[in-house]
Amino acid sequence: MTEPNEAGVRAEARAWLAEHWDAERSLAAWRGMLADSGWGMPHWPEQWHGRGLSVALSQAVDEEFAQFGAVGVAKMGIRLLAGATLLEYGDDFHKERFLRRILTGEDTWCQLFSEPGSGSDLAGATTRADLDGDNWVVNGQKVWTTSAHHADYGLLLARTDWDAPKHQGLTYFVLNMRQPGVEVRQLRQMNGHASFNEVFMTDAKIERPYRVGAVGQGWRIAMTTLAHERRGADGLRGSVRERRGEGRIYAEEAAETATLMEPYKWYPQRAGRVDLVLPRARETGRIADPAVRQAVARLLVLARSAEWTARRARADQELGRPQGPEGSLGKLAASHVARAAAHAHTLIAGADAMLAGDDGPLDGLIAEILVSVPATSIAGGTDEIQRNIIAERVLGLPREPRMDSGPFRDVPRNVGG
Amino acid sequence: MPAAAFSFTDEQRQFRDVARRFLGDVSPPTAVREWMESTSGFDPAVWDRLAKELGFCAIHVPEAYGGQGFSFVELGIALEEMGRALLCAPYFSSAVLATGAIQHGGSEAEKAALLPDLTAGTRRATLAFTEPSGGWDVEQVALTATPVDGGYRLDGEKRFVLDGCTADCIIAVARAPGSRGADGLSLCTLPGDAKGLERRPLRSLDPTRKLAHLTFRGARAEPLGEPEGAAAPLKRALAEAAAALANEMVGGAQRMLDSAVDYAKLRMQFGRQIGSFQAIKHKCADMLLEVELAKSAAYRAAAAVAEDDPDAPALASLAKAAASEAYLGAAAACIQIHGGIGFTWENDTHLWFKRAKASEALLGDAAYHRELMMRHMQ
Repeated sequence: MTEPNEAGVRAEARAWLAEHWDAERSLAAWRGMLADSGWGMPHWPEQWHGRGLSVALSQAVDEEFAQFGAVGVAKMGIRLLAGATLLEYGDDFHKERFLRRILTGEDTWCQLFSEPGSGSDLAGATTRADLDGDNWVVNGQKVWTTSAHHADYGLLLARTDWDAPKHQGLTYFVLNMRQPGVEVRQLRQMNGHASFNEVFMTDAKIERPYRVGAVGQGWRIAMTTLAHERRGADGLRGSVRERRGEGRIYAEEAAETATLMEPYKWYPQRAGRVDLVLPRARETGRIADPAVRQAVARLLVLARSAEWTARRARADQELGRPQGPEGSLGKLAASHVARAAAHAHTLIAGADAMLAGDDGPLDGLIAEILVSVPATSIAGGTDEIQRNIIAERVLGLPREPRMDSGPFRDVPRNVGG
Repeated sequence: MPAAAFSFTDEQRQFRDVARRFLGDVSPPTAVREWMESTSGFDPAVWDRLAKELGFCAIHVPEAYGGQGFSFVELGIALEEMGRALLCAPYFSSAVLATGAIQHGGSEAEKAALLPDLTAGTRRATLAFTEPSGGWDVEQVALTATPVDGGYRLDGEKRFVLDGCTADCIIAVARAPGSRGADGLSLCTLPGDAKGLERRPLRSLDPTRKLAHLTFRGARAEPLGEPEGAAAPLKRALAEAAAALANEMVGGAQRMLDSAVDYAKLRMQFGRQIGSFQAIKHKCADMLLEVELAKSAAYRAAAAVAEDDPDAPALASLAKAAASEAYLGAAAACIQIHGGIGFTWENDTHLWFKRAKASEALLGDAAYHRELMMRHMQ
């Protein structure tokens, strides 16, 4: 068999869509067809709901779907992180049991990594899993868990060996969230939204086959999950596809999107809404104020430079060149941009910056920006952790001496954590 | 925009390597120290090699005028490497400012007459533009050009003129008596040793770039370009010069970052390399971020000039604003990371710090360029 070429793959995708697409089908039925035919995740292996195509060809297929106006497999939330991790580290039981229902959207997933006592220091997790007969028994608390309130399964990182060094005593599990030992509480943020949850596990049960990878291999597997997250596979960063037409399937997709995206509708605001700054400065007339002009200009210098830096990184990547330092700076740059944008919005709003909700500018949107921006410097790795990573991995500066080697049992940690 | 606009071609990368090797050879800190102490401010032998071996004075000039016909992107690369090596040479004054003024302000015949000597490096010119007011807007020019038998009689002063004492040719910006604002501005040329022109070196904060004060007392000058039509071409030349300077500055900024990181890996205190302390690490990471963002802006501005992008002036101002803060920030942080030794004359950091400081002001500081950028965006 010859290597498929792009034109051929595109033609094949179009032909398949022409034959099978029906906007009046149910969302679940259609996604089942995608999972079974491999057209939903073409870069997954043929054996597991894919077609074994390269990522580039898979993107070409995505483009054909978008042009056709066809709905794809479920991609929002943590599900694809779960899919990618299970594809890499799961056994046939896991793949059989979970992958198809991930793609059809029947199961929703969450990620149980962070804890109250281990945020930046994820490997310091103290949620414990102890083997009792045929079950692992889980006790502990997780936090910052998006979607936990409607998740069916969680990707759990738990400590199984307290005598091993920190990173070697962790094991990776799939936790059934629908059981009595799991309690989910919404966590209200300073901006009033509740996008995250606390998850309390009290003698929660995990059957033996739900362990992923070897005992003690959890840290490495969790790193794989996080690597996929950084590559943007969590589907939160991508924009939601515009509805392309009328029909049952579009209505079902829209409803699903509305439900799943509800907790994240403030995400654009946490990035600072740079797009609103110049229009607001003009509309309010504040653009005439020299201090405002300087603040707006500072923001635009920063935002455009950050955008071009990302494009430099992408351009070199496309040319197959080794990644330069500019590829590691995006997250830290985004924090700076968000803060500069919040500052500009504040100056533009003037006294109105004191008002929120209906009384605030743009029906409270500006207030939401001002109280959401701090999250940018924390979520997904704090600015300080980013600086450590940049300094150590890009600039080659030496690591800090460690205080957490030796048996984890003896490592100093948060009281009660 | 194609991906190529955000990355350098293999040829451009090779060009950078050649420039870096050459400049590393001819402009080590010992040479910088030697020539910054000299009156002329540069080594004529290095200038000859720069012009003849590397063709650096001709990079972005069309071949019709003796140029190499490369783009402003290649010019930016050369400048970045010169900034990195802190080359002492009348390059920015002649190959960027004066060449740009002639390119945009001169007639075909004048370009054909003036540019080949500059691109060959056999003559050097400078642009006499700013005056004791220190303003960077063309509207602030006060030097008067009184028409007299086919030329001008110049009266007044110019200040902050780059390499003004060593240039063979002065390109002066002057205005018709009684004119105001952007009206009545003309370009004209006169030899550096013209009668009625007094040149006095200024003591510059950055000794690697020489500045002069010029006094005109009835000096005779020849017209360059359209009489009283110099405002627009001059603005364009200055915007491009800002883009060029931004590229030079990010080269210096990168050098400061490299120097700081190298030292942080060497210096031991409290039984550890100081680079293992987060206080130092985070400072270095912030430097890298600032420098890379400023580079992106400088590269984008150079590409915009090369493409005749109508947004080029706005992008040039954006780049100058970014580079001004990144370079000074990196130089200041480099001193700080070196600690006490960084404040000594013997340590080389201050050479770049002074270039950063002077370049911050040259062609207008960051706040000025942010304001220019906002005017373009409105």
